[in-house]
Amino acid sequence: MGILAQFVFCGYMLAVCGGAVRLSGVSVSSRTSVVSARGLTKTYPPGKAGSAFTAVDAIDFEVHSAEAFGFLGPNGAGKSSTMRMIGCVSPPTGGTLQILGMDAADSGKRIRARIGSVPQDDLLDPELTVGENLLIYGRYFGMSRIAIAERSAELLEFARLTDKADARVQALSGGMRRRLTIARSLMNTPDLLLLDEPTTGLDPQARHLLWERLFELKRQGVTLVLTTHYMDEAERLCDRLVVMDHGRVVATGSPRALIDTHVTREVLELLIEPGTGAAVAARAYGVADRIEVLADRLLCYTDDGERALARAHERGLGGLDALVRRATLEDVFLYLTGRSLIE
Amino acid sequence: MTTARYERARPVAVMIERNLRIYRHTWALLLAEILEPILYLGSIGLGVGVLVGHLPGLGAPSVGYPEFVAPALLATAAMNGALNETAFLMYNRLAVERIYQPILATPMSVGEVAVGEIAWAVLRSVMITVGFLGVIAVFGLVASPWVLLGVLGAAVIGFCFACVGLLVATWVRGFPDFQFVQLVMLPMFLFATTFYPLGVYPRPVQVAVECLPLYQAIQLLRGPALGQVDAALLLSAGYLLVLGGLALHWGLRRLRRILSV
Amino acid sequence: MQLSADGVTQAWRYWLLRYRRTWRGTIVISVANPALFLAALGFGLGKLVDHEHSAYLHGSSYLAFLAPGLLAAAMMQTAYIESAGPVHVSARRAGVYRVATATPLSPLDALLGHLLFIGFRILTSATTFAIVAWAFGAVPASRVGPLVLAATLTGLAFATPVAAWAVTVERPALLNGGFRFVIMPLYMFSGTFFAVAQLPGWLQAVARCTPLYQGVQLCRSVSLGDADPLAVVGHSSYLAVLVVGGLAVGARTFQRVLTA
Ligand SMILES: Nc1ncnc2c1ncn2[C@@H]1O[C@H](COP(=O)(O)OP(=O)(O)OP(=O)(O)O)[C@@H](O)[C@H]1O
Ligand SMILES: [Mg+2]
Repeated sequence: MGILAQFVFCGYMLAVCGGAVRLSGVSVSSRTSVVSARGLTKTYPPGKAGSAFTAVDAIDFEVHSAEAFGFLGPNGAGKSSTMRMIGCVSPPTGGTLQILGMDAADSGKRIRARIGSVPQDDLLDPELTVGENLLIYGRYFGMSRIAIAERSAELLEFARLTDKADARVQALSGGMRRRLTIARSLMNTPDLLLLDEPTTGLDPQARHLLWERLFELKRQGVTLVLTTHYMDEAERLCDRLVVMDHGRVVATGSPRALIDTHVTREVLELLIEPGTGAAVAARAYGVADRIEVLADRLLCYTDDGERALARAHERGLGGLDALVRRATLEDVFLYLTGRSLIE
Repeated sequence: MTTARYERARPVAVMIERNLRIYRHTWALLLAEILEPILYLGSIGLGVGVLVGHLPGLGAPSVGYPEFVAPALLATAAMNGALNETAFLMYNRLAVERIYQPILATPMSVGEVAVGEIAWAVLRSVMITVGFLGVIAVFGLVASPWVLLGVLGAAVIGFCFACVGLLVATWVRGFPDFQFVQLVMLPMFLFATTFYPLGVYPRPVQVAVECLPLYQAIQLLRGPALGQVDAALLLSAGYLLVLGGLALHWGLRRLRRILSV
Repeated sequence: MQLSADGVTQAWRYWLLRYRRTWRGTIVISVANPALFLAALGFGLGKLVDHEHSAYLHGSSYLAFLAPGLLAAAMMQTAYIESAGPVHVSARRAGVYRVATATPLSPLDALLGHLLFIGFRILTSATTFAIVAWAFGAVPASRVGPLVLAATLTGLAFATPVAAWAVTVERPALLNGGFRFVIMPLYMFSGTFFAVAQLPGWLQAVARCTPLYQGVQLCRSVSLGDADPLAVVGHSSYLAVLVVGGLAVGARTFQRVLTA
């Protein structure tokens, strides 16, 4: 988390990679498109304090049927705003948006009937019990009571909330609420599932259960669109993803393709005393293709970690704890969304 | 009912179903709302009624003070029942609990949600009315069988004030603002000929009082309760329906703007 | 059970500081409320009542009869509203009592400091009400002072027992129920709007035993200037016993709930 906190405020580095390469990692051209956005824009009207704010700035993307598509990006990048437009709860202020073959501008009701959505903040119905939350939600979709009873029993089981069915929502823990929100989104057996940070607040067991369920849904042909701040999750779940920053798309592709394009194959991590980063980085200059300084470590990007390590030893940095690992999506994310770095 | 029409009514029915579920935990509130006008009736209608004797200046000389006050208390209860349900609860649901957002992620629309809530408020006004009428019938305070028209009247009153409540809910900035709502409701309750006939006021004040929606609501119920059924009732009903319609139109516009950002 | 002057002052300062944010609104309400009721019922309804010259009013105008009764009843309401909800909320998880009693403040300090503030609210509302009543010509100026004292005593007789109870309440709906099913009936049938003597025999006996009846009688006899010293002592002692009893019970319930 400490690492994430660092780069959030350093969006200015975006300029460095403004002309991001647009990749299409997997050959998916034959698949039908479930969501298709062209020049999609969201400008919030001016509030009491100030001027209008463009949260999503003319982005293009394409989500194919039965794939898992991810939105990554720092806080305030515009992920939730985009998700809410796809969910047809927030009207776009520019561009076109096609969902399930219909135009979001005039077919909201019919589109929403086939979507399941997990909003970022749970927004459960606190006046109802856990079971009633599912029941009434099913009714909003026009489901019959029998269908609802069957479905909610199965979903309560999945969410491990069966023994809480009669509890008031206020009596649930944060993670239980999250699980109930996810269960709720599945009530109408959606064709397209929108998950805005679905696993935030979940314990590891619940997270794995959800992943399993999502793989299962994908196998059944459900299209998943999700946002997450967990890079391991994005790497594992998403077939393709886009990285957003300041309302723009800065990169698109499969996790593998993004890693190949934006960072080296391996990373050498040197653990340092806090505060000595700049000095150590100066001594390590040239050890790797690129070096980034974090609070407690140096990240040296290189295609051959062992060689970089050897070179670090030559420069008298052998006293530091070191670790060579494969580059991950997290490295891509840190690089793309900007932070202090030394070339 | 054709399926198309059923489809149109279904979302409204679902909102009512939701409220009924909540009522299983909070039914005591409805009892309290029926109890309150009954307390007023006992205290002011019967108690102060002894001090008042018979009302001067009213058509029927046989009209006792309790019979005069009862329909006004009923109109007030119908008004409060509807207005509280929308103004207070809808504000809470809109801004505090934010439960309308997830509902709008389903096929439900803003209009359907709002109309559903209003329909429920009307239903509540009718329930309060039926409860109250039952009690005053037991007390023997029913002057005319026309009083049953009151059920219909209560629905009209409920509609008008539920729509006004919806509009209020879109304006309120926080719970302290409800003090101002109280500041409008209390004088209306006290001065809209609830406790004494219009004749007590000088003419200019009379005109002002006649413009109050609660005055029209009281007229709508008091006439039939005292056995006077005439065309003036249509005028009162029309006034309330038009006012409600305007409030609904305006409130819906504001609600759409608030909910679709 | 410890008590410290410092702690009590600290607790009362807290409530006063909070009140600074909302006092304007409460002033408007505490002037508007009596003015509206006295205008509508005292003048409007009074027109019909005075016309009848009922013997139950012993020759006073309905306005003069109603004002002190309404004042006593309003103080009961103020006491309930100020002590039920705030005490309940403060005693729950993360409530201000919990925060306070994690410092050297004792539960008794918290109780007394809060009651001091509630007493202050009752005193100020009684004062504005009595001044409005005087402006309406319902009370002569010379009796405004004693009337305020009588009304404050009435309010306190409700505040301490209600606070003692509210600290133990788990569900806020119960507080709402208390208002609607206990306070409102008292408000209506304790001689506020009409003379208790009008009630049928058994109801009359019940009404005379209620604390609000005692408060209404006290305020009314002070306000109309026909106070019988013995009756005044009687009513006042009844109310004082409630105040002290509420304090004694409150000391226990606060201790029990806040140290549990
Ligand atoms: N209703 C709104 N009115 C005005 N501005 C808004 C509104 N909702 C979001 N914003 C602004 O739009 C920007 C993008 O917000 P959004 O919620 O889409 O970010 P996000 O990428 O989901 O961030 P996070 O990772 O924190 O969830 C932010 O600067 C936010 O302040
Ligand atoms: Mg978000």
